[in-house]
Amino acid sequence: MSMSLLGIVFGISFFVVTQAQTSGFEVFFIRTILGTNGAIRVSDKFQDMDGTVSKVSYNGSESFLFRSRENARYIEGIEYPQLVREALREFPEVSGISEIIEGSAILDSGARKHTVQIHGLRIKDHIMVSELQNQLIQGSIDMLDTDRSGVLLGSSLAERLRLSQGDRVSLIGGTENQQLRVAGIFETGVSQIDKTRIYLDLSTARSFIGKPFGGSIFQVSIQAPEKAPELAAQMQETLGHRVVGWQEREKVWLEVFKALRLSSAITVSSILLLSGLGMFNVFAIMVIEKNRDIAILRSIGFTPRDVSAVFLWQGAIVLLGGIILGSLSGFLATYGISKIPLRIRGIFSTDSFVVNWDPSHYIWAIAIATVFVSVASWIPARRAAKIEPAKIIRESL
Amino acid sequence: MTKESLNTNDILIRAEQLKHAFIEGESKVQALRGVSFEAKGSEVTAIVGQSGCGKSTLLYLLGLLDRPESGEIHLKGRPMAKATDEERTALRNESIGFVFQFHFLIKELTARENVALPLRKSGVGERQALEQADELLNRLDLGEKAKRYANKLSGGEQQRVAIARALANSPSLLLADEPTGNLDSANSDNVFELLMKFAREKDIAILLVTHNPELAERCDHCIPMRDGLIV
Ligand SMILES: Nc1ncnc2c1ncn2[C@@H]1O[C@H](COP(=O)(O)OP(=O)(O)OP(=O)(O)O)[C@@H](O)[C@H]1O
Ligand SMILES: [Mg+2]
Repeated sequence: MSMSLLGIVFGISFFVVTQAQTSGFEVFFIRTILGTNGAIRVSDKFQDMDGTVSKVSYNGSESFLFRSRENARYIEGIEYPQLVREALREFPEVSGISEIIEGSAILDSGARKHTVQIHGLRIKDHIMVSELQNQLIQGSIDMLDTDRSGVLLGSSLAERLRLSQGDRVSLIGGTENQQLRVAGIFETGVSQIDKTRIYLDLSTARSFIGKPFGGSIFQVSIQAPEKAPELAAQMQETLGHRVVGWQEREKVWLEVFKALRLSSAITVSSILLLSGLGMFNVFAIMVIEKNRDIAILRSIGFTPRDVSAVFLWQGAIVLLGGIILGSLSGFLATYGISKIPLRIRGIFSTDSFVVNWDPSHYIWAIAIATVFVSVASWIPARRAAKIEPAKIIRESL
Repeated sequence: MTKESLNTNDILIRAEQLKHAFIEGESKVQALRGVSFEAKGSEVTAIVGQSGCGKSTLLYLLGLLDRPESGEIHLKGRPMAKATDEERTALRNESIGFVFQFHFLIKELTARENVALPLRKSGVGERQALEQADELLNRLDLGEKAKRYANKLSGGEQQRVAIARALANSPSLLLADEPTGNLDSANSDNVFELLMKFAREKDIAILLVTHNPELAERCDHCIPMRDGLIV
């Protein structure tokens, strides 16, 4: 029985720890991606808006019907930024709008070259829709604001090109080569971004790319990021532009995280399952070993319910002990892990283990343990209750 | 109506045409073929007969541990066939005490805890139940051994503890299946005397299965059985 208790303690504690880790990385990823690419992006304009989205009202609550956009024809980018911006302002949930023009080029530091993704934007607007200000590890936002030829580089990019603040670089591949000065270096934590992205002034970027008007996208921040899908659908309908929430944009990654979390939950649950089986085994043997005692108790007037209660109580005590000790050790282990200095450089980077504190991890662990322990004690308890005293007494004489 | 049933008041338990069979594989063993008798309070009735004649089977039916194939048992005038399992279980606790050939004590418990069990079941608090158990054990000369574990007692002592447990809830019916079968003559005499004493003192009807003709002789009544019938 103490083995089962130990198993339950371990099971619950592992469950909590692994969930805290996997969901910690997920939350970290979401935060990073929200802080970098924003909650909602408005891009290409549709040429026809017929029958793609329709609003239905049912019992006063509104919902939207979507149709495939695959065959819809569109014009690349936003044609009339001012109009779209004004339309977006009509949404009370919108807390910031940043116009971005995207393109690619080669950045030349003199000694080395690297392909980069240009993000031309107004820095004052952009810090409203991103965490860029916090992501800066060198330089400052203001410099980009005052200096039309300033550029912000992703940290890995800067490292590769051996660049730091104040260095001169040239951007190659546009209408004509553009001389720039490194105003700062940012690190988002998402390696793909840190490796290739540069931020520069919107008008500088426009003239480099050769698109003086139109063709841009909007990065929009909203007050409640979890409501992005509904809001994006609403915006898409009113704006006539493609509007995508971050959940849809990062769907692949979000699903990877979900699968990771689920698979670790299943793996760790097997510890709980094994403890449950062990417990079942102990109880099943106990019922057989104690059938004489059970028969005595029944002959004295104890009811089948009294008999099964003995087993259920034992199960409940072990479960309760397991829950308390397991949750506690899970909590402490999670705390301990969050303090482990660990440099991760992969899909994203962090300097310590990321953990997410969520009561639902504990609730799930407890629920799974409870199910296994209940089954493990309920079946033997029922067996014990069904023992016929006369039969046992006759047979043991 | 028979003559006896006129004064049913005194009659504690009455069996009517009890039949019981065991199915063993293909064959059917008819253990009881129609047993009728009655027993009154404060009387000790011996049930005797060859091995396999159905004595134990009869006792388990009377003790409501088993239901007869047919026939009826009246306990304190109440027909038992209709009683639910819950009612029968409650009656076992309140009105019936069992003593078996082997003492059937719970060895993880002390003597007094064993004796206190039926009291605990009927709702008596722990302390009071243990006090009552001590009292009973004292009367059975086991006062000093009340706190010993059941398996650390001699056979005779264990049987006396079993009797104390059977008596703990002041039952009106005590069923004893060869309670002395496992004891030497001195011990067996002692146990028998105790049973006689309690029957008189507490107005208990005792049914006693025994292979000892001498003891059977000393009982108030004797029911001789053969092949599932009273002869
Ligand atoms: N579980 C059982 N399955 C099949 N037959 C049984 C079972 N229990 C008892 N019997 C049979 O029923 C008959 C009566 O058995 P019972 O135990 O009542 O006899 P008894 O008079 O108590 O014998 P003993 O003096 O040896 O204890 C016997 O023939 C026995 O073999
Ligand atoms: Mg017998």
